[in-house]
Amino acid sequence: MIPASWFLILSAVLFLIGVLGFFLKRNIIALLLSVEIMLNAVNLTFVVFSNQHRQISGQIFVFFVLVVAAAEAAVGLALVIAIFRNRESLNVDRSNLLKW
Amino acid sequence: MIEYLTSPDFVILMIKIIVIFGGVMGSLAYLTWIERKVIARVQMRPGPTRVGPFGLLQPIADGLKFLFKEDVIPVNANRFLYIAAPVVSLIPALLAFSVIPFGPWLQITDLSVGLLFIFAITSLGVYGIALGGWASNSKYPLMGAIRSAAQMISYELSLTLSVVGVLMIANTLSLNQLVLSQQRAWLGFIPRWNIFLQPVAFLIYIVSAIAETNRLPFDLAESEQELVAGWHTEYSSLKFAMFMLAEYANMVTVSALATIMFLGGWSGPVAGPDWLQATLPTLWFVLKIFIFIFFYVLLRSTLPRLRYDQLMNFGWKFLLPLSLANILATSFVVAIS
Amino acid sequence: MIQILFFLFAALAAGAAINVLVQKHVLYSALSLILMLTAMSVLFVLLGADFLAVIQIIVYAGAIMVLFVFVIMLLNLPADEDGADRLRWLKFIGIPLGLFFLFLVTATLWNVETGTGTQPRFVGSPQAIGQTLFTDYLLPFEVTSLLILIALVGAVVFAKKDL
Repeated sequence: MIPASWFLILSAVLFLIGVLGFFLKRNIIALLLSVEIMLNAVNLTFVVFSNQHRQISGQIFVFFVLVVAAAEAAVGLALVIAIFRNRESLNVDRSNLLKW
Repeated sequence: MIEYLTSPDFVILMIKIIVIFGGVMGSLAYLTWIERKVIARVQMRPGPTRVGPFGLLQPIADGLKFLFKEDVIPVNANRFLYIAAPVVSLIPALLAFSVIPFGPWLQITDLSVGLLFIFAITSLGVYGIALGGWASNSKYPLMGAIRSAAQMISYELSLTLSVVGVLMIANTLSLNQLVLSQQRAWLGFIPRWNIFLQPVAFLIYIVSAIAETNRLPFDLAESEQELVAGWHTEYSSLKFAMFMLAEYANMVTVSALATIMFLGGWSGPVAGPDWLQATLPTLWFVLKIFIFIFFYVLLRSTLPRLRYDQLMNFGWKFLLPLSLANILATSFVVAIS
Repeated sequence: MIQILFFLFAALAAGAAINVLVQKHVLYSALSLILMLTAMSVLFVLLGADFLAVIQIIVYAGAIMVLFVFVIMLLNLPADEDGADRLRWLKFIGIPLGLFFLFLVTATLWNVETGTGTQPRFVGSPQAIGQTLFTDYLLPFEVTSLLILIALVGAVVFAKKDL
């Protein structure tokens, strides 16, 4: 029997790794990957609590998170393609035209 | 845990794994022999006849040749991905055999989501092709890999959707239950196979399966006349053999799925003494798979190749709406009756 | 036995996630993310959500990540240059702060009750998910189909060369 707290600690670790990746990486695609890591950590938390309280709605919420992540990845990558076509570089620091 | 490892359950499981895995690997080798013989006869020539009687030892000779060939890795290739790509292609192809029921008691594990497991595993096989083509660092493999990966993910959609009609009728995702649900008979002798209840889905499934496994007429990604050899141009010896094994294993997997879902799997008339009754279902299953493989090889030797834009148009603009319409019609009929 | 499986796949998931950050070339990061997704799928199976585990492989590892890998291959990106200079010190502050946050979270979560005890395993079977999804959550389900349509149109419009 695995205590639920172990899973929750793993989920916190993964979320932390996602947040660190989001702040420290400069490549736009790497930022999108870090967002996916964060979403996965949240999915794990939902499934843990669905198992603990024996209700299926936790897993249904994971279903919706999965769908939204798919839609967001598709649009995000289309934006990445458009940005790359205009700037020839995927460094986030080069996309600073709106800075004062 | 030690008492599980020495219990009869575990021993029987090990025997099942050895029988199924050994049988599958042996049949993959002889699949090449069947293909060469049938294509040769269609083209009115004898095919392999020199190595052993009727050329039956030809696959063994080919295997030995692959073992002894020089293993070339291009200088500019990405070493890690180049070596990993055939493995990534082969492992999902072989893993799918762990849930296929070869007989009433010859199934390694009966997952409650077995059908979805096979679809998940085959969708991971796309990575082997994409990475193999990209890691070779040369133009023919890259083009072949991108085309092939795009084709595979497009036809995966109509493949999975065409099966939904069968699932609505059978109400289960487990493969053994799908076989058991087709065991009744109408009028005493016509078996209640799903091919009679879902003919359109059967045709969509067959066409999508041919496209999914990159066989002619959908094999633009590895066509000999246009792309040298597609994504496996730069591969030699054992890595090439692994790609070939993965392609044939995929073919056997989709044929096995087709028989389980549409032709009743291992069900068939059984009679006779005890040992015959235990092995006849497996023989029926193998016979039905062989019908599909024979059909694939015949298609390869007769039909011309589709152009890439014709291929993608066909998948997205014809097969996908047709499979959705099939789901709609089936759901109406199931809801009414 | 189950503990060994948990530790193995939890270590695999965490290691693959760290590898996503460490790699210089973004294709290796994407491949590490695929490894992490399959490790998470095994963890879902350990928690009884087997339908969700297979769906995660089909959707996340088999479709979304294929999209990422395609875009990375077709854009033909070189390995990353060494980041903007003024932010190089960020990781020396960020990582220790992150570890402190992790210590706080672990101290809070260490004593969460398990609750299941000796009851049978709670399984998220397709029947159970289907029944709840199509009755209680029918409206969100239809709204997500609309969302996917919007994402489809948006992605096609953004990636076009000439509008």
